[in-house]
Amino acid sequence: MRIVERLVTLALLAPAAVLAAGGHFVPDTAPIDNHDVASLQRGARNFFSYCLNCHSAQYMRYIRLMDLGLTEQQIKDNLMPADAKVGEPMTVAMRSKDAKEWFGGQPPDLSVIARSRGADWLYTYLRTYYRDESRPTGWNNLAYPNVGMPHVLWQLQGQQELEAAKEGGAGEHHGAHAEPKLILTQAGTLTPKQYDAFVADLVNYLVYMGEPARTNRVQIGILTLIFLGVLFVFAYLLKKEYWKDVH
Amino acid sequence: MSKIVALTQWIDDRFPLTSNWKAHLSEYYAPKNFNFWYYFGALAMLVLVIQILSGIFLTMHYKPDAAHAFGSVEYIMRDVSWGWLVRYIHSTGASMFFIVVYLHMMRALLYGSFRKPRELIWIFGMLIYLCLMAEAFFGYLLPWGQMSYWGAQVIVNLFSAVPFVGEDLSIWIRGDYVVSDATLNRFFAFHVIAVPLVLLGLVAAHIIALHEVGSNNPDGIEIKKKKDPKTGIPLDGIPFHPYYTVKDLVGVVVFLMVFTIIIFFMPDVGGYFLEYNNFIPADPLKTPPHIAPVWYFTPYYAMLRAVPALLGSQFAGVVVMGAGVMVFFLLPWLDRGKVKSIRYRGPKYKFALGVFVVSFVVLGWLGVQPTDFLGKFPGSQLELATLLARVFTVLYFAFFVLMPWYTANDKEKPEPDRVTG
Repeated sequence: MRIVERLVTLALLAPAAVLAAGGHFVPDTAPIDNHDVASLQRGARNFFSYCLNCHSAQYMRYIRLMDLGLTEQQIKDNLMPADAKVGEPMTVAMRSKDAKEWFGGQPPDLSVIARSRGADWLYTYLRTYYRDESRPTGWNNLAYPNVGMPHVLWQLQGQQELEAAKEGGAGEHHGAHAEPKLILTQAGTLTPKQYDAFVADLVNYLVYMGEPARTNRVQIGILTLIFLGVLFVFAYLLKKEYWKDVH
Repeated sequence: MSKIVALTQWIDDRFPLTSNWKAHLSEYYAPKNFNFWYYFGALAMLVLVIQILSGIFLTMHYKPDAAHAFGSVEYIMRDVSWGWLVRYIHSTGASMFFIVVYLHMMRALLYGSFRKPRELIWIFGMLIYLCLMAEAFFGYLLPWGQMSYWGAQVIVNLFSAVPFVGEDLSIWIRGDYVVSDATLNRFFAFHVIAVPLVLLGLVAAHIIALHEVGSNNPDGIEIKKKKDPKTGIPLDGIPFHPYYTVKDLVGVVVFLMVFTIIIFFMPDVGGYFLEYNNFIPADPLKTPPHIAPVWYFTPYYAMLRAVPALLGSQFAGVVVMGAGVMVFFLLPWLDRGKVKSIRYRGPKYKFALGVFVVSFVVLGWLGVQPTDFLGKFPGSQLELATLLARVFTVLYFAFFVLMPWYTANDKEKPEPDRVTG
C-alpha cells in the first residue's frame, strides 16, 4: 500500500486510543477474582444476609447458585426464605409504597447493579460511609453523596467520620485537591482488613450475579479462537493455492 | 454425476440457475488487484446475515412491552440456553456493522468508487447506510434501559424542532406524549420487519448495480477497457469465484476472530458497544445527567450540539446534522478530478481527505463527551469542546462544498494503462 493509504488506515485506528479517556471520581480497585468459588459463596451469604431484605435481584433465580458449587439442598437450607421455591427469582416482600416512605425511593434491584456501577465503584461505595448528622439517616457517603440508603453494614465496619469535619477543616489538607479522608472513630465487629475482605466477597458475588454467563464465556471464547486459528491456516493455504496462477 | 447434470439441466429449463451463477460468481470478472480495503463489502454482507440470524432467535424470547422488555433481555441473558451468546452476537454485530460500513465507505473515498459509472451503486449504498442508522436507532430502544429510553427521547424530540408541524410530528412518531409502551411496540415492528425488508431490497439493488458496471479497484481504472480480443474477458480480471471467494474466506476468518474476542472477552467494550447506564431500567422520571448516543452516531450528535439555537429553535442544528449525512449523496457530482484513485490524485485532494477523516474522528470523540469536559475557552463563556466541534463541523462540510474547486485543478499523476497490483 502507498503511504497515503497507510496513513489513512492508521488514522482510522486512532479513535480506539482517543476513546480511552475521561472520568473524575477515582474509585479504589476491587480486589476480586471471579474464579474464587469460596469468595463467591461467602459473597452470596453476605448478600442474602444484608442486602436481599430490601433490595431484590428479580432476574436471578435461586437455583442458579448451583453455579457456585452449591447443591440444591444447600441453597434451600441456607440461603432461601422458607416459603420460596428454588426456581423462583429473588424478590423481596417490601412494598414499593413503604419503601418510598422509609427511604425516599424504592431500593434499586441489584441483579445487574455491577454492570451499571462497576465493581470498583461498588467496592468503594460500601467502604466510604461516614457519619453526617445533617442527613435524615445520619449517614453520608463519599462515592455517592447524599445517598438514601443508611450504612447497613455499620456494625461490621464501625463508624467513620470525615477527617476535615473532625479537625475543624484546617491544616491537614495538602492543597485544595486533597481527597477527603475518612477515619474510624468507633470500631466495628470486624477489623478494617476483615471488613474490606467482606465487601470484596460481596462485590465479587454482585459481579457474578450481574452476568452469570461470565464464568463460562471466557473459556468458550478461547476454544472458539483456537478453532478459528486452525481454520485460518487452512483458509490461507487454500487461498494461496488458488492464487498461484494469478499474475 | 450424470444425475447431477440432469438435475441442473432440469432446473435450468425452468429457472436461470447456471446463468446466474455464472453472471454473479464464476464468470463475474473482478480486478485482480483488490487490497485490504476490498474485504469490507463481503464482510458487511456477513454481518447482515449474522444480525438477521441472531435477531430471529432474540425475537423468540424478547417481549416488546414496557413492563417486560428490560426483564426479557435479562431473561435471555440468564435463563435462555446460550441466550447470552446470541444477545452478545447481536449487540456486537450492531457496532461491527457500522465499523465495516464506515471502512467500506472510506474505501470509496480512497479509490473513487462512487465516480461515474458507479453513481447508482453509491446512491444505493447511501440508502443502505440510512436504513442501517434507522435500524440501529429503533433497535437501541428495545432493551429499554436508561440510555435506550433517553436516547430515543432526544432523537424523537429532534423532529419537534421542525417549524409548525414539529410537535404533532413527534407525537405521531412516538404514539404518545412521551416515549412509552406504544413507542416501544412500534419501534419493535420497524426494527424486526419494516426496515430489514427495505435493507435487503437495497442490498440486492447495490449488488445488481455493481455487477452491471463491474468493480472499481485501487488504481481507479476500468479493467473493461482492456479485454482479451479472443475471449472478451478483461485482461486484469479474474473470476470472482473461486479467486475472491477463497480470498474473502480468509478475511471472514480474521474478522470472526476479532468478533470472537469482543463477544467473549469484552462484550461491552468499555461501555462503547453496551453502555453501562443501559443496565439501569428505563425511568421516565429520571433524566441521566449525560446522555450520549452509541459511538457510531456521535459525529452527527457533535454537529447537532455545535450549532447554536436560531431564534430559540434547535432546528438549525437538526438541519446541519441531517445535511452531514445527506451530503454524501452528492459526492459523484462534486468530484471534478480526472483520476479516481488516491494513488494518482493531487496533493489537494489528499489533504482535503485527510482533514475530512480527522474531522469525522474528532467529532465522534467530542460526541461521546459532555460539552463541558474541556472547560471554557480562555476569556469567554464559550465551552472549548463546543468551539472545537464548530471548527470541525465546518471542516467536515468544507470537504464536500469546496470539492468542485480543489479537485478541478489538482496536480494529478497519469493513470497507468493496466492495474499495478
